[in-house]
Amino acid sequence: MSLLRTENMTMRFGGVVAVSDLNVHLDKNEIIGLIGPNGAGKTTAFNMISGVYKPTVGKIILGKEEVQGGQTVTVEKDITGMKPSAITKLGIARTFQNIRLFKELSVLENVVIANHLRLESNWVSSVVRTPDYTKKETAMYDKSMALLEKVGLAELKDEKSYSLPYGMQRRLEIARALATKPHILLLDEPAAGMNPQESDELMRFIGKIRDEFDLSILMIEHHMQLVMGICERIYVLDYGITIAEGNPYEIQNNPKVIEAYLGVDD
Amino acid sequence: MLTAIAIVIIGVLLFLANMFMDNYQLRILNLSGIYIILSLSMILINGFLGLFSLGHAGFMAIGAYTVALLTTPPMAKQMNYYLDPIVPWLAETEWSFLPAILLGGVLAAIAGFLIGAPVLRLRDDYLAIATLGFAEIIRIVFTNLQSVTNGSLGLKGLPEIEIEIPLPLIGFTLNLSACIWIAAIITILFMVRLVNGSYGKAFKAIREDEIAAEAMGINVFKHKLLAFVIASFFAGVGGAFLGNIMGTVDPLMFRFLLTYNIVLIVVFGGIGSLTGGVLAAIVITAAMELLRFLDSSFDMGPIAVSGIPGLRMVVFSLLLMFIIIFKPRGIMGVREFSWQWLIELPQSIKNSSFGRKKLRKDVSK
Amino acid sequence: MTIMDFPTFMQQVVNSLSLGSLYALLAIGYTMVYGILRLINFAHGDIFMLGAYFAFYAITIFTLPWYLAFPVAIIFTVLFGIILERFAYRPLRNSPRIAIMISAIGASYLIENLGVMIFGGRPEAFPTIQLFNQIFSIGSVKVSGVSLLIPIVTLVVLLVLFYVINKTKTGMAMRAVSKDYEAARLMGVDVNTIITITFGIGSGLAAVGAILWGMKYPQLIPLMGLMPGLKCFIAAVIGGIGDVRGAVIGGFILGFGEIMLVAFIPDLSGYRDAFAFVVLILVLLIKPSGIMGKATVEKV
Repeated sequence: MSLLRTENMTMRFGGVVAVSDLNVHLDKNEIIGLIGPNGAGKTTAFNMISGVYKPTVGKIILGKEEVQGGQTVTVEKDITGMKPSAITKLGIARTFQNIRLFKELSVLENVVIANHLRLESNWVSSVVRTPDYTKKETAMYDKSMALLEKVGLAELKDEKSYSLPYGMQRRLEIARALATKPHILLLDEPAAGMNPQESDELMRFIGKIRDEFDLSILMIEHHMQLVMGICERIYVLDYGITIAEGNPYEIQNNPKVIEAYLGVDD
Repeated sequence: MLTAIAIVIIGVLLFLANMFMDNYQLRILNLSGIYIILSLSMILINGFLGLFSLGHAGFMAIGAYTVALLTTPPMAKQMNYYLDPIVPWLAETEWSFLPAILLGGVLAAIAGFLIGAPVLRLRDDYLAIATLGFAEIIRIVFTNLQSVTNGSLGLKGLPEIEIEIPLPLIGFTLNLSACIWIAAIITILFMVRLVNGSYGKAFKAIREDEIAAEAMGINVFKHKLLAFVIASFFAGVGGAFLGNIMGTVDPLMFRFLLTYNIVLIVVFGGIGSLTGGVLAAIVITAAMELLRFLDSSFDMGPIAVSGIPGLRMVVFSLLLMFIIIFKPRGIMGVREFSWQWLIELPQSIKNSSFGRKKLRKDVSK
Repeated sequence: MTIMDFPTFMQQVVNSLSLGSLYALLAIGYTMVYGILRLINFAHGDIFMLGAYFAFYAITIFTLPWYLAFPVAIIFTVLFGIILERFAYRPLRNSPRIAIMISAIGASYLIENLGVMIFGGRPEAFPTIQLFNQIFSIGSVKVSGVSLLIPIVTLVVLLVLFYVINKTKTGMAMRAVSKDYEAARLMGVDVNTIITITFGIGSGLAAVGAILWGMKYPQLIPLMGLMPGLKCFIAAVIGGIGDVRGAVIGGFILGFGEIMLVAFIPDLSGYRDAFAFVVLILVLLIKPSGIMGKATVEKV
């Protein structure tokens, strides 16, 4: 059973079909790539899964492993059209193509904020500073620091996030997503603007967090080296239509894909 | 700990002020306290959530009328309502002040909820104009409910707020200044804690980037509504005191211009800073009064200057235009006061002047 | 509900037409400025107030005949609008939008206080001009000259405005800037000039509206622009902000709504000023982009 599945997910803006009948599935601990030329509808697909847009047609199903009567079963939940915050609470976190950090806030604050959704205290107790709240808040900071240690940003914790170098900002965005405690991570062009060395580093980093945080990852990426190097399966979109699906080897040799990327000689 | 000591010191100072200041000075002091409540309540929405709400006058009107109607003695009410008799359910009420003020805040908060729920989905200027519209509607409704609010005649001769503390042995009564400043200090503490806590962080996240905040699992709409309701509560409380200190409430007091005043205080302080809001509330209230000499004639050495009525407000608004244009982040920006900052202040002044000298030397080389 | 006879009803229609025209003239200024700068020009209502006072002083103190006084007042108002943009808004062009909106509020506050200081707090009476104050009878319907003049002047002004916007090069540049500020700038449109012209046109229309307003409702006070200003911004929002036709439609909706509300349900006459705000909130909840506006999707 898959953790995440879309069924004929379709998005139309007026007369334009941005994504048409997309069927992807993501299994436990997989890393899946979503590739295609610019304007192929990849980010739109992400926006539907993460709740920013409601699909015109189709469903998004989230699978969750639960232990029932000593047996592990997968419980399915239809998350189509839910608010982004509710979807994040259910365990899908994302990053953005054009980094969307809380610019004026510090690195640490960025991560702490991502803990807020798991804080089970109301606002009154935060004003009164009940012992229970104080304990939870301290825990939030400790967890956030630990996370920053893991991703190698601990020393920069008090810097304003906009002042970080580009690669660090990408990394902080991933760390912030991890702080929401996701099962599924959606990465929108994590290697955009990186040089080959940086993207190599990123590739190892993604593999590392997958193992460490027990994640399943769906990523949009243009760096083919990265995609081919890390993804177990790849979906190729062109003009909103899924033109190919398969492992990196199959994709590299698929004539349709080659055509979409290189154009056809007349 | 330092905060507790500071509160005690402020308390003693205020007590002394109460004993030695004349009525006029006390009035300035009281107004400052009220404007602290009002400006912090606006900063919560406009500064920390980055929304632009212009509905304060409406919420203040709700608080002011609630307290005025519930606490004015029946006899005085009868004298006010000579056009239309007052509705029976209000004619005989004579609440004590504490519950009346709290109810004023709660009613304003309820209005905040009812208004916020539909309009907080709007963005930027649409929100500004919609909140402004609701505030005007509240005012117009109050103007027309003749038998409840006494319409455009307003309510005069309000009794001054005082709260009895019925402790055994040392029972005492808090006068108007004490009530205002206790309320102001509670507001400051409340806002500081709210803003520094997890919810405050979420508010700031919404200000920085709504879409990212929502993606981090923050229910943006719920948090906006929460802040809006809290701010409305404090606006109601501030309005209750403002009406009371004026001794009269009428619908014209709560025009859009009243919201302007608060906006300008908030801008002066730096929209994202509680410290700035507190400082600005005091500075501007005092300045407004000090500039009063401009309106009346005064002697400047041998020359007698005849005052021009209205000049005070012109100078005041010019001052604020200059701040907006040349220092758009106000006096504090988003910086906040902290004890650590104060303790390190002498050191940092030394460093900075030293640093500057060194820099100059480098340049001159 | 009041039942009224036909002549009374027609009189109310004429009243609605002239009030709607006045609102439309003022609303256009809001919508044009918003279209280009995304700014609610809170001071627009105060410019309207200045227009009325300029005309008043031109006639009373400088004893100009009306046909000279009105153009002079319009020219001064236009200049004032341009100066306002130059000093209060242009320095903040690249600041966050909230800063420029606050500047607009500050400017409005300043003009109102200046008005109180210079013009005094007491109301002044706008001079009556015999020519326009005759009463005409059309059948059994009696109408004052001003009530007929207002819609006619408005119609002429609007035709000229639409011609300028749709047929001239300047108008094309204005539309370009309002569609995409950056692109227009890169294409060589002198954005500053266009913005100056926009403020000039908006202020000029406000002055025309103010003069007509003064003839119909001859009481001048320094805060007279506050309520009409708010209502006309609302008219612009109802019509779809940024769209000139929308502003006209919005203006007439408010004009007819207010007059007819009071005419048919006199009990609600105290709520006349609330009408605009109620309509505003309904429109914002149902179709925030207004009648003529198009919804936009934010790119993520």
